[in-house]
Amino acid sequence: MATTSGHTIKAFDEDLDRLRALISEMGGLAEHNIREAMRCLVERDLKGAKRVVEEDRKLDALEIETERRAVQLIALRAPMAGDLRDVVAALKISSVVERIGDYAKNIAKRVPLLTDIGNIEPLSLLPEMARIATEMVHDVLTAFVERDAESALLVIERDAKVDDFYNSIFRTLLTYMMENPHNITQSTHLLFVAKNVERVGDHATNIAEMVYYAATGEYLGDRPKGNDSLEAGPQ
Amino acid sequence: MNSRAPTRWTDGSMERLVAKRYAAERRFKFFGLAAVTLSVAFLAFLLITMGWSGVDGSARTEIKLDIDFPRSDLMLDPAALKGPESAEAIGAAGLDTMLEQAAVAQFGEGAGDLFGGASMRMLGERLIEDPELLTRRVALWLPASSKADVAAKGDGDAAIEEMLARTDHRRRLNPTFLNSSDATDSSVVGIWGALKGTFLTILVTMALAFPIGVLSAVYLEEFAPRNRWTDLIEVSINNLAAVPSIIFGLLGLAVFLNIMDLPRSAPLVGGLTLALMTMPVIVIAGRNAIKSVPPSIRDAALGVGASKMQVVFHHVLPLALPGILTGTIIGMARALGETAPLLMIGMRAFIAAPPGSITEPATVLPVQIFLWSDEVDRGFVEKTSAAIIVLLIFMLLMNGLAIYLRNRFEQRW
Amino acid sequence: MKQTTPVTPNPSPSAATAAEAKAKGPSTTDPTVAPEPERNRAEVIAPQGQTHAPTPVASGEHEGASHHAPKMRARDISVFYGEKQALKDVSIEIHDDRVTAFIGPSGCGKSTFLRCLNRMNDTIPSARVTGDIEIDGENINSSKMDVVQLRARVGMVFQKPNPFPKSIYENVAYGPRIHGLAQGKAELDQIVEKSLRRAGLWEEAKDRLQESGTALSGGQQQRLCIARAIAVDPEVILMDEPCSALDPIATAKIEELIHELRGRYAIAIVTHNMQQAARVSQRTAFFHLGEMVEYGKTSTIFTNPVEQRTQDYITGRYG
Repeated sequence: MATTSGHTIKAFDEDLDRLRALISEMGGLAEHNIREAMRCLVERDLKGAKRVVEEDRKLDALEIETERRAVQLIALRAPMAGDLRDVVAALKISSVVERIGDYAKNIAKRVPLLTDIGNIEPLSLLPEMARIATEMVHDVLTAFVERDAESALLVIERDAKVDDFYNSIFRTLLTYMMENPHNITQSTHLLFVAKNVERVGDHATNIAEMVYYAATGEYLGDRPKGNDSLEAGPQ
Repeated sequence: MNSRAPTRWTDGSMERLVAKRYAAERRFKFFGLAAVTLSVAFLAFLLITMGWSGVDGSARTEIKLDIDFPRSDLMLDPAALKGPESAEAIGAAGLDTMLEQAAVAQFGEGAGDLFGGASMRMLGERLIEDPELLTRRVALWLPASSKADVAAKGDGDAAIEEMLARTDHRRRLNPTFLNSSDATDSSVVGIWGALKGTFLTILVTMALAFPIGVLSAVYLEEFAPRNRWTDLIEVSINNLAAVPSIIFGLLGLAVFLNIMDLPRSAPLVGGLTLALMTMPVIVIAGRNAIKSVPPSIRDAALGVGASKMQVVFHHVLPLALPGILTGTIIGMARALGETAPLLMIGMRAFIAAPPGSITEPATVLPVQIFLWSDEVDRGFVEKTSAAIIVLLIFMLLMNGLAIYLRNRFEQRW
Repeated sequence: MKQTTPVTPNPSPSAATAAEAKAKGPSTTDPTVAPEPERNRAEVIAPQGQTHAPTPVASGEHEGASHHAPKMRARDISVFYGEKQALKDVSIEIHDDRVTAFIGPSGCGKSTFLRCLNRMNDTIPSARVTGDIEIDGENINSSKMDVVQLRARVGMVFQKPNPFPKSIYENVAYGPRIHGLAQGKAELDQIVEKSLRRAGLWEEAKDRLQESGTALSGGQQQRLCIARAIAVDPEVILMDEPCSALDPIATAKIEELIHELRGRYAIAIVTHNMQQAARVSQRTAFFHLGEMVEYGKTSTIFTNPVEQRTQDYITGRYG
């Protein structure tokens, strides 16, 4: 339910806004890190990769700050109903975004190991996959700040695309590895990178579910997964 | 956030304001004190003047007189003094002549004026007590007549004063003042009759006014519906309290004496009239006291499942009692001092014996005072003052009782 | 995020019934939501802690429906003070195994409604009540119902503690005495002791029974008022902001007392303090401008209310 007016106690509004701003900031930082890591991977930029690893520390600090503020808000303001759901959601989202940042760091760490992989097809697919994933993160965090349950639902649908990308990259790399055993090490690293990006997409849908609950107070049922091998049977 | 020039609290103009305020407070305190002092001064003046002359009235002059009983003309048989006819015997004995003879013998011509009815009465009592006196010659201390009494204070005839100077006299407390009734002779006059009359009248007044007043207040405050009729009743009662008391006397005369034919001058009628007068005061005080009981107590009692009657009688009335008693004190004080209405219903007659019941003729202290102040005999002046003092003491005692009762109930809070 | 246990947190054990000793499943640490009553599980379902709701009702209700009819039922109650309408068509049920809280801003009619339940509005000359209120199926406004008996069955505790200016013993004994509930002094003593014990005041008062009730502290006075209400063995206890004049410790004691009294009496409490309503009640009704806007389980009202007005009020966006 959207809020109509501000709290009678203005400082309560300020506290909530600051919390949301922190989440936005974390989201922006995480998106930037993923894009940077992907760019460094494609351009073989070692220095850039090192910077991404260091930037991750900022994200960790932001997560601690968010958690501290959320706990303080609960203790001092005794939020109810929608406000309570918002604060609890913010708490959970901050740890998910920190996780996303960790994936970016992980990708950056593999950059030195992939410097001589050559121009293979997966390498050109990955930036596009990462772009979709980071857009998902961006949109879902915007939906959180604006308490927009509908946009959150839309984000969930896009995860299928990310999963499709992953499946295709997976098959290509498998073929690549089967062709030439020399390629196995680097292909494996690339596979992990692809997996990380796919996880980012999944996390974005997790965040979308939290946003939906915060906004409406209801839980989304089981959501269809694009990559359900259990359902689909062996590929 | 607010930017304005800071207030100059130590400015000269501020200090002038403060000084003016202090001066105003001092002035107010001074006027208050002056008012209180003035009131106290008036009260003190009243008490002191009354007390002074009243004290005089409660004492009497006694003169020592030599009586030679065997030699006198007294025709009294000692045996008759022992029997039930002793009073008759005294009366027929001719004490007054004998007294006069003895006085003249001792003090000279005209000394009979020194002794009066009181002396006779005292002599009679002494003889009944001790009939053996008749066989002897004794010197007795006998109360002087009112003329002599007045002369002893320097207010009387020159001749009497001069005679008095030749006697052996003293002043003693006058017991007859408190236990005898009205008389024409101021030396034997007493206030006992009036006191008893006042007591009986007040008893009747309270017995009627208090229950009726309190119950009316309870009904009007708690049970009566709020409409034009009850408003009218409230206005009427408030006005009744302000009606001049003599009108109640007229009412008493017309209704109680003429229509209902009750005995004239009886405490019953006086009590009825005063009750009419006192009831509105009690109703008003009662209503205010009941109104001031906090509604939380009523709510609490109702919440426990008490009925309206139980709420009123178990909770509201006990708490309102101090206020009601205050109203009663005020009403009683007013009733005690009322003269006009009682005069109208005839309690102005000369009553020589104290009333035996509420239907016998009586008089009350204020009326008694009024009557005595009208008397010609100089001796009545100080008796009047003494009676006023007795009235004041009586009122103080009754108020004290009511205040004691009120304080006892007030503690419960 | 699957839902296996309902979000409504599980209650911590309370002392009232032996069966309540077991805590249920994983508990959340949400401090602001009232514990669900453990009452029915012993009667309804397998006694060991439930990990799933017996019938997963949408909002995750696992209290189960109350097994008896409501103790008091109000239908379409409207109250007029002269021309002004203070309450509009309020309908509500009060069950005897739950605490029902009425919340709302000042002047919204919650106290007025409470006073309808024991006909205290009869004492206000200009008040007019329309609609039906029943206790155990009997209409309380009918001429056959004795209002004095009704007020003994439906007791009331007021906002400002108002003990009688009598001794502690007399305060508690007054009710039983006027209703003739005790034969003889020994029985009366028993009733007094029992009531003071149930109100949690016996230990503090047993040596001072003859002292004045007004000499106690505020919290003790309020407990004395509760003991007084209990002494006449009521079926329902109405509380009109009982803690608003008390300090936090006294308030906590009264809240604990309410929790202990819960199984024995149906309790309806009006409160300004939302946290108190959340802590103490199982059902909450939100009143606004004379209407009852929303009525439901306390946990739902405070985590996900249906009406926007309710949400605005409880989040502090009102006014």
